[in-house]
Amino acid sequence: MTAAVNATLPMPVDSIAAERDPTPSGRRREIPRWQDALFEGITRFFALFVLGSLLAILIALSIAAVPAIQKFGFGFFVTDVWNPVTKNFGALAPIYGTLVTSAIALLIGVPVSFGIALFLTEMCPATLKRPLGTAVELLAAIPSIIYGMWGLFVFAPFFGDYIQPLLTQVFGNLWILGPLFQGAPNGIGVLSAGIILAIMVIPFISSVMRDVFEIVPPVLKESAYGIGCTTWEVVWNVVLPYTRVGVIGGVMLGLGRALGETMAVTFVIGNAYKISASLFAPGNSIASALANEFNEAADPVHSAALIMLGLVLFLLTTIVLACSRLLLMQLAKGEGKST
Amino acid sequence: MLAPASDAAREGRREEHVNNLYRKRLFVNRFNLVMSLGTMAFGMAFLLWILAVLFYNGFAALSPSLFVQMTPPPGSAGGLANAIFGSVVIVGVATFISTPIGILAGIYLAEYGKGGLIARSTRFINDILLSAPSIVIGLFIYTIYVAKVEHFSGWAGSFALALIAIPVVVRTTENMLQLVPSSLREAAVALGAPMWKVILMVTLRAVRGGVITGVLLAVARISGETAPLLFTALNNQFFTTDMNAPMANLPVVIFQFALSPFQEWQELAWAGALLITLAVLIINILARSVFRQASVR
Repeated sequence: MTAAVNATLPMPVDSIAAERDPTPSGRRREIPRWQDALFEGITRFFALFVLGSLLAILIALSIAAVPAIQKFGFGFFVTDVWNPVTKNFGALAPIYGTLVTSAIALLIGVPVSFGIALFLTEMCPATLKRPLGTAVELLAAIPSIIYGMWGLFVFAPFFGDYIQPLLTQVFGNLWILGPLFQGAPNGIGVLSAGIILAIMVIPFISSVMRDVFEIVPPVLKESAYGIGCTTWEVVWNVVLPYTRVGVIGGVMLGLGRALGETMAVTFVIGNAYKISASLFAPGNSIASALANEFNEAADPVHSAALIMLGLVLFLLTTIVLACSRLLLMQLAKGEGKST
Repeated sequence: MLAPASDAAREGRREEHVNNLYRKRLFVNRFNLVMSLGTMAFGMAFLLWILAVLFYNGFAALSPSLFVQMTPPPGSAGGLANAIFGSVVIVGVATFISTPIGILAGIYLAEYGKGGLIARSTRFINDILLSAPSIVIGLFIYTIYVAKVEHFSGWAGSFALALIAIPVVVRTTENMLQLVPSSLREAAVALGAPMWKVILMVTLRAVRGGVITGVLLAVARISGETAPLLFTALNNQFFTTDMNAPMANLPVVIFQFALSPFQEWQELAWAGALLITLAVLIINILARSVFRQASVR
């Protein structure tokens, strides 16, 4: 930092030397104002550019989706027919697939992320904190297409051969839940996609949880330990209630990620436009439908229907992410008040 | 004679009850902490599993001819030269576009806008864009650019990636600038420097390392992106330097080759996957070390 200051010192010193020379009128030499105004204008322009891009995406997609809206109207969302030959398109199956895979991802990802955050904040020896934290973050750095390849070539066969038969055996006969775990165990399907999504959202959720766990005032935890609480009781009864809003914000962030994840899901979900009772059956998500079909969609109605799907996905993730932001902002505000 | 005995018995029962309660709490505590350790192991197991599979298959398929030969037609051997070149060019151009835009917008948020309406809403929208589905960004560039000029192109791919990189740069630039102590700004202003010089030559320089970290993280983020390139740069079986034509790039080649039934193509996909992951991991490590150096200084 001092180096930076030294490097810039000569400039202002020169200008001071210039100002020591009083001009005949005795007035200070004015710094040209327009330069500052111009620079501020430029930076504001780019800030507005960022602000406007979200709106631009919404408008551009809405316009491009018009043919599909005109043809199908609201029925688009409640029919599960997807037939490019007869030009009949309904979004129910991909929307269902998106929601179910994301739900599975959260069901597995949230407890695991909580465990990891708990381990890293309360149990981990200080020397291991950094490397283990970095390792979890590396899960987020791996490109999603790698998850897809691994899922298709390694995880899905393993899952189909060993885990799925086991799940059928254990849960297959249960009331209500049973049908979810019946069907051909071929590894490809909604459940596999959900599990891979779970692994992909863990780094995002756990890093938010870690951050919010760190802000709990030590004195709160210490007083709980002081009256004899165990580590678990401190986390469950003090840390978690204190950071509840932030934790929910982190979960929403993970949900936003899971909804829009494309490549990993495309590889393993099976790409079938149908809604099945079984989680083992192939399905489709909005993102995977787009990735698979958009370039082959020759018919304008077909591509408009796909763009409409994209618009639905964008609205959905935007709402979820906005909620996540609002919750996290609320926590930050509350923290500002209490300290 | 009976009373003390029952008293002792009651006392004993009470103690036993307390001990049971204590034991139960201890058990719950131990159980949950072991579960927590288990989740950590779960996460690490998947990380190692994925990396092991990737390295095993990737290194087996790695060869020098990868870097000099073009992507082959189905069923024959070849390399990834055109895809590697295309990826570097597309990501490079995207970085070139997004860096100044991101830094300038970040400067506005930290130095001018602060708590104002524009800054607050931009910050909010930027955080949403940070996690927006990349496939929708690709769709957006398709509708406003590819559909208008009626052909896929390397430019379109770069635009899509730039749009994904900008929020990352904005976020880190703003966060870094906020770390600069006001006294530094005040000192520069007191010496008579105009605001724009203060920002560009004092505050931005002071956090150079952090801003570079942000740019590197953005590069790492967009290098592996596949979805937005599907509808923009598409793919090209041949080598091209023409940004106005469809351009080969590693992610899309991997996507197409991995899902093909041909052995040679799948091997090339693994090799490409290894190259991308190594690049992304190296950039990530580089970014962290730059950042640590910057924060030590």
